[in-house]
Amino acid sequence: MAFESLHEFFAMGGHAPYVWAAWGVTAGLLIAIVLHARAERRLLMRNLQRRVRREERLGTGQGEMAEISHQVGGNHHDS
Amino acid sequence: MWAFINKLRSPKWFYAIGARLQPFFWLAAVVLILVGTVWGLAFAPADYQQGNSFRIIYVHVPAAFLAQSIFVSMAVCGLVFMVWKIKVVDMAAAMMAPLGAAMTFVSLFSGAVWGVPTWGTWWMWDARLTSMLILLFLYLGVIALRGAFSSRDSASRAASVLAMVGVINIPIIKYSVDWWYTLHQPATFTITGRAAMPMEMWAPLLIMVMGFYSFFIAVTLMRTRSEILRRESNKRWVRDLATEER
Repeated sequence: MAFESLHEFFAMGGHAPYVWAAWGVTAGLLIAIVLHARAERRLLMRNLQRRVRREERLGTGQGEMAEISHQVGGNHHDS
Repeated sequence: MWAFINKLRSPKWFYAIGARLQPFFWLAAVVLILVGTVWGLAFAPADYQQGNSFRIIYVHVPAAFLAQSIFVSMAVCGLVFMVWKIKVVDMAAAMMAPLGAAMTFVSLFSGAVWGVPTWGTWWMWDARLTSMLILLFLYLGVIALRGAFSSRDSASRAASVLAMVGVINIPIIKYSVDWWYTLHQPATFTITGRAAMPMEMWAPLLIMVMGFYSFFIAVTLMRTRSEILRRESNKRWVRDLATEER
């Protein structure tokens, strides 16, 4: 251990604001990136399932699918 | 090599192989980043000149490495896309841009915060800092360009070209500390020379760098697979996926 006590660890030898700001922002961004990737995947899968279910109910063929996909998957540039 | 490029033509193959590789990279990312964080923050010795503010290096350097590597990856993807018209490669490139921008921001922010106690300023128009800021703008440019076209193919080609041209900035970033020796210190890691730090300091840094690279690969695999769901949603096999996962 480079520190004598927990208090000293948090104080970072007087450099606490700098060290914790840098680490906090980094950790926050990494976590946000993971959460976003998970939410994105779930949303896309749910949209896809909803669409497939609706098409099964309506009994639409391949031809009409292209049109529907335009509405459902229309949000292309949101990344 | 050719077999690999041919396989990449199939989003279905990428989707399946990505699912198998992903868990290993997530595991590696989590373990390496956690170990590197505890080691770097609590166990590595304080620097004899900078004290504890030097611990910022453990997020600053990995983020800066990734920021540059992701841009190079994006440029390579752009080239492969332009030559062989492989869609999956373009999807991966599209997913890399926001991550690269985030990493560039992390390296700039952590550098600024580190600069205050070390250099007495958070910003200076030093060559390294300026070229990193340009990198951030290049990333934002690539992202904006993708959004600016109504045709997907035009957007992909424009983004590929900008990535391929913008990659010139990478050697400038790398050699900026040698060409214009102003404020930023030279490279911490060199392939040839001895390490500029004792082992207890660079071992956690190496672990963090590997963790960040694993994170990049894991996120890119995951998001490219999502992008396949988005772009290929008319394909039979994608529709079958939706029924399987129900």
